Amino acid sequence: MSNVAAGRSAIARKVTEEAPATRIALILLAVVFLAIFILAPLGVVFAEAFSRGAAEFAAAFAEPDAQAAIRLTLIVAAIAVPANLIFGLAASWSIAKFSFPGKSVLITLIDLPFSVSPVVSGLVYVLLFGSQGLLGPWLVAHNIQIIFAVPGIVLATIFVTFPFVARELIPLMQEQGSVEEEAALTLGASGWDTFLHVTLPNVKWALLYGVLLCNARAMGEFGAVSVVSGHIRGLTNTIPLQVEILYNEYNMVAAFALASLLAGLALVTLGLKTFLEWRHADALAGRRRH
Amino acid sequence: MRDVSLDIRPGELVALLGPSGSGKTTLLRVIAGLNTPDRGVVYFDGEDATHLSVQERRVGFVFQNYALFKHLTVADNIGFGLKVRPRRSRPSKQEIAERVHKLLGLIQLEGLGDRYPAQLSGGQRQRVALARSLAIEPRVLLLDEPFGALDARVRKDLRRWLREIHKQIGLTTVFVTHDQDEAMELADRVVVLDNGRIEQVGTPEELYDRPASPFVLSFVGEAVALPVVVDHGHVKFGDREIHINAAGLRDGPARVFFRPADIAITAKGGGELEGRVESLRRTAGGMRATIAIDGYDQTLEIDSALTDAATLGSRVPLSLGHARIFPTETPDDEFKEAGEGI
Repeated sequence: MSNVAAGRSAIARKVTEEAPATRIALILLAVVFLAIFILAPLGVVFAEAFSRGAAEFAAAFAEPDAQAAIRLTLIVAAIAVPANLIFGLAASWSIAKFSFPGKSVLITLIDLPFSVSPVVSGLVYVLLFGSQGLLGPWLVAHNIQIIFAVPGIVLATIFVTFPFVARELIPLMQEQGSVEEEAALTLGASGWDTFLHVTLPNVKWALLYGVLLCNARAMGEFGAVSVVSGHIRGLTNTIPLQVEILYNEYNMVAAFALASLLAGLALVTLGLKTFLEWRHADALAGRRRH
Repeated sequence: MRDVSLDIRPGELVALLGPSGSGKTTLLRVIAGLNTPDRGVVYFDGEDATHLSVQERRVGFVFQNYALFKHLTVADNIGFGLKVRPRRSRPSKQEIAERVHKLLGLIQLEGLGDRYPAQLSGGQRQRVALARSLAIEPRVLLLDEPFGALDARVRKDLRRWLREIHKQIGLTTVFVTHDQDEAMELADRVVVLDNGRIEQVGTPEELYDRPASPFVLSFVGEAVALPVVVDHGHVKFGDREIHINAAGLRDGPARVFFRPADIAITAKGGGELEGRVESLRRTAGGMRATIAIDGYDQTLEIDSALTDAATLGSRVPLSLGHARIFPTETPDDEFKEAGEGI
């Protein structure tokens, strides 16, 4: 009798499932790890920001330098994100829909910013556009300022964030192939109509998802931007750089208040992403995760 | 694809039949303008269409897996080709709606216009794909393995239905298939392709009764190939002589092809071949025997009337009815292309 019972429970449980004790231990491990390394710091950011009350918190945003940093961050994101949206669409379209020599090189290049340290990416721009750099003399002669100015920050941000949209779209577009586009063409649609009415609707959720990730990174990027910015207060400091400056000056409340803005943005992005995943699980199913 | 020349008549229903890799889909895509040939010309109604774009050719193309637009409803799928027309030739919203409604009636899916493709069965999707391609009033209708992804019963119904639709609208239609039954049942003429070349073009009767090559013979229906030797007009299988006209054949090895239905158990003393009865089963009309022919390494199944001669393990004489002979190892061009339109 006991044999039968044991046999039955063994059938009900899949072979890949562990014993309850093991399962609980693994889950607990993951939760504790997350709590210590992610939830606690996040909590500290907000606790520290409000440690002297809401008035001090609000005062941190009244600072002209803080406002300048917020404005600059928004400007950079407003340029970098659309630029990468267009680049990402073009790159994934060409990779997924045509075959051409050097395609695998292009795919590797798209992943490059993920594998190179952001500081190095920043340095590359300094070497290219800085006054001692390759194009420096020409830029100086024509009175164009790139390094230690907004253009350099935008360029560095674009570089660091350009894989996000493309990486979301390429696997999805490859999976979908181009048979629907072919169908649209046989029905008389122009190339542009095909893109607008067939290709774009098929990738819209992955595209939005890629843009969200790209935006979060564009606003939060520190390393590459730090190298090219020059840290000029009120002029070339983005939010992450301003946070560092305030922190180094022991202005904890102001530093954490600004940091909480970034953290809040991250939380909103995460929330939106989760919502999209839940809402459009099927459409997103074809893509790879980072 | 090499040296393919094919003439399709207006209103005809033509099948491109061949094994996978034979180039049948490529040929269809070249007609549609989805693939560009390195050389060669495509004519529509005598007009050179080679340099027309896909859009300009106005072909109705039904893809193998339908390629319906997932994000559009059935009605919007069908109306797509009308909606993307340039403004001056675009029908009004109402005209489009009417046309879509009519086509939904034709494909017997009235009332399902608001569904999405994912909510339809395979057979329904297939019909929507057909309606979508008909909406643009194409000059020719091209179907790539139209029934390939469907189960056997739906396939049969759809076949009959497609035949009826073709009769109704009389549109020149070309479809690709690897299923010879499908080609024979549906098409007015069948184009048999192998290795990027046309082996034969003909009506189903012609292909079945007068196959131009061993390939066609064995691809269209079952066939048995007996290795024989031709010697001064006599055809020998081992030491037995087979009575078949071998005029014009060079001396040397050849193969005699016949269909299982063309061989029968005959009275003692007659027959060109002999075999051993391996198994015997009673069927409704008679019996089915599996017979091993002497000197041949395969068995064949023969349906025959009840006779006492055949008992399990006994030797029976076999007589050959209709058979064809083709030389072995002949250069390909010996039996290249027969039939018309080439």
